[in-house]
Amino acid sequence: MNLRRDVFQGIADPTRRAILLLVTTQAMTAGAIAANFDSARPTVSKHLQILTECELLKQQPNGREIYYHLNLKKMKEVAGFIEPFRKMWEDRFVKLEQLMKVYKPKK
Amino acid sequence: MKTEIIAEEGRQDLHIIREFDLPTELLYTAFIEPEIVEQWMGTKVIKLDPARHGSYQFETTDPRGSVHRFSGTIHEVESNKKITRTFEMENTPFPVQLEFLSFDPLPDHKSRLTMHVIYKSVTDRDNMLRLPFEQGINMAHNRLQEIFNNKKN
Repeated sequence: MNLRRDVFQGIADPTRRAILLLVTTQAMTAGAIAANFDSARPTVSKHLQILTECELLKQQPNGREIYYHLNLKKMKEVAGFIEPFRKMWEDRFVKLEQLMKVYKPKK
Repeated sequence: MKTEIIAEEGRQDLHIIREFDLPTELLYTAFIEPEIVEQWMGTKVIKLDPARHGSYQFETTDPRGSVHRFSGTIHEVESNKKITRTFEMENTPFPVQLEFLSFDPLPDHKSRLTMHVIYKSVTDRDNMLRLPFEQGINMAHNRLQEIFNNKKN
């Protein structure tokens, strides 16, 4: 359970969510990621550290550079947690829509 | 047209948003006609009085035969536009929650439902959010237990 709380701490911050979004398409270095934000470089580094600690990001050395990439397995864990709640409502709404498509008003 | 849940970390509220291929009038009707509510919510409707100072009461029997009651009061109703109500699972430790339902028209006779749900605390929201997740796990456990029991017999 501790692990899960950490993941949510990871996505709690808007800058961290933006970082996750950035690395969805390609692995990036800390410098390349920081270039996308107005925040000071140490602030971005701190966010990267937190995201790495809760395993949402993985570090991959490539020569002298360290690349950050998304840990898809962990991201699925975040989505999977809320997914049953979402699916419960989606199932209800699918039924609602089907019912109302053939609805005849009562007299 | 997929249900979207917006639940930011550390907040005691969430939004449930979905677009329907239905005009707002029909979407709204699905929330105020007992026979319709029964079908899509999968519950028996004991009472549903969609008016200011009105209230509702639902009753569901689970596969094990236990009866669960859900109820609330209706605070505000504006035809085809909004419903403000409380929701409570009776005889559970879950506190009552406040729900703001908005029905918005979209082009081409479509509509959007937004449910803004406010909980007593951040923890209460998170507990409600993970309830279906945990029920899923429990169901899986129960199924395993049943298989296990059957093997023993």
